[in-house]
Amino acid sequence: MSAAASWARRATLFIGFVFLYAPIVILAVMSFNASRLVSVWGGFSTKWYAALLENEQLLHSAKISLAAALTSATIATLLGLLAAISLARFGRFRTRMLFFGAVHAPLVLPEVVLGLALLTCFVAFGVGRGFVTLVIGHVTLTMCFTTVAILAALRDSDPALEEAAMDLGATPLGAFIRVALPQIAPAIVTAYLLAFTLSLDDLVIASFATGPGATTLPMRIYSQVRLGVSPQINAISTLLLALVAVALGLAALVSSGRARRDGKW
Amino acid sequence: MSAPLLSIKGVSKKFGAVVALEEVSLDVGAGEFFALLGPSGCGKTTLMRCIAGFESPDAGTISLSVVDLSGVPPYRRPVNMMFQSYALFPHLNVFENIAFGLRRQGGTRDAIDARVGELLAMTQLSAFGHRRIDELSGGQKQRVALARALAPRPKMLLLDEPLAALDRKLREETQFQLKEIQRLTQTSFVIVTHDQDEALALADRIAVMRAGRVEQVAGPMEIYDRPATRFVAGFVGETNFIEGRLDRNGAAALVAEFGRIPCEPGDLPDGARATLSVRPERIGVAREGEGIAGFVENFVFRGETTLLRVRVARDIVLRAAACHGERHAIGDSVRLNFPPGAGTLLAEET
Repeated sequence: MSAAASWARRATLFIGFVFLYAPIVILAVMSFNASRLVSVWGGFSTKWYAALLENEQLLHSAKISLAAALTSATIATLLGLLAAISLARFGRFRTRMLFFGAVHAPLVLPEVVLGLALLTCFVAFGVGRGFVTLVIGHVTLTMCFTTVAILAALRDSDPALEEAAMDLGATPLGAFIRVALPQIAPAIVTAYLLAFTLSLDDLVIASFATGPGATTLPMRIYSQVRLGVSPQINAISTLLLALVAVALGLAALVSSGRARRDGKW
Repeated sequence: MSAPLLSIKGVSKKFGAVVALEEVSLDVGAGEFFALLGPSGCGKTTLMRCIAGFESPDAGTISLSVVDLSGVPPYRRPVNMMFQSYALFPHLNVFENIAFGLRRQGGTRDAIDARVGELLAMTQLSAFGHRRIDELSGGQKQRVALARALAPRPKMLLLDEPLAALDRKLREETQFQLKEIQRLTQTSFVIVTHDQDEALALADRIAVMRAGRVEQVAGPMEIYDRPATRFVAGFVGETNFIEGRLDRNGAAALVAEFGRIPCEPGDLPDGARATLSVRPERIGVAREGEGIAGFVENFVFRGETTLLRVRVARDIVLRAAACHGERHAIGDSVRLNFPPGAGTLLAEET
């Protein structure tokens, strides 16, 4: 390959990365800006992070977001596991295709529609909006992702393994726990982290599903940005970004470790 | 005679419109090496899965040691299965795979360790206890699967095509090992196979199955020498089918288009249309003298024999095996001799 072509390739790659990540890098860099002005660099400082600790409102919202993400990810993973088991192991029951479609629909459903539907539903049933409805909303949003992730793994694991375990004296539940679960454990972890991340940074569903007492961090950030960008927002966003990056990194690590063990590289 | 270990009576099973098993009845004795032989789709695997408890028959009963097994789930049956894919647990090492059934039964650590050690020794895997499953060769995996299924001391071991995944040379070696292990453990083995050589080599008795039915149950020699139906004769080994009419006058013989072939008439009436099945190696080949005349159309060297295709009539070609050392060329004229009792007379199938 000629040197020019090689340079062209590198340049394209570089431009691509700049396009994707420059805003995020600028955001992170600006969170260490000593100046109050977003557009002017006034020297390095961590004072905005210190100021965060004083900001009760933001901290409260962060706690709500974390709690909602943890709870909804747990529920969504459990429900996703059950849905995947029924789709992968119960044969062709009569409403299987309908169930399959229903589980996967939120993947392509516009979030605004889902949010509005949730809101309508809560209002119709007279459910007061707050933390519980927020969790319900996020479970609805993330369950399809967890189901897809777990179903794929369950389909790859040989049902003969569970039969062999039963043949050797394990009850159906015992066979599932001792044999199938270890095979799909990495997928379950991945599904959980995915649901956690989705819930943590969701703005649309949360805006519809939550009530006054339970404002999530993305909602808080969004409402504050409308009043002007404060470096504090940069700081909390950077932290949020780091958390999501860690979660996704873990998920990638788990699944790549699994693949390496299976010799699939 | 004492009651058989496994008794299958009138078992039928349908999958939708497909009949997998139809009125199958079989007995397997204690300590017997039994083979279910048949082409793919004949229902042999379904029958095995019914015995293991993974399928339940639509009709009929399966009982083990006179206890009816219907409604008994697989994990409570004293029957273990060796899966065709081996179905070894990839997250456990060799030792833990073999110990799996023992741990479900309970029992002390020492007892389990001792039993697993015994099985590792029996299957020549003693050095591999701590290996991971994906570090084993095909033959080793096969032995782990066997050891795992034998570990809980089942009354009966089911083997689903146990040698199918092995290469030819290893297969023969493994056949001897299987037979030896069966003899040592005194466990009833029921093997499912589509390979007639495997069934003949391993089993004490063979059930030949076709389209959900049992065609014949007999020892390997009898299956080979005295097949009950045309299907059995054709499926097990090579054979010639000679069609003709039975003549019971004097020495019984089948009158075919090309000549009279002496045979045992059984209880067929005089003049009945029948088919004689004759194995190629039972036909004597000579250059001249008595016998049915024909000429060599083609031949295949097989090592210990040479298989000749001999045309005896315009549209009838018989296969005959000439002994080692005899040389024949295409176009040679030969005489075929049929010693009495060389073939099996089969009634016209209705």
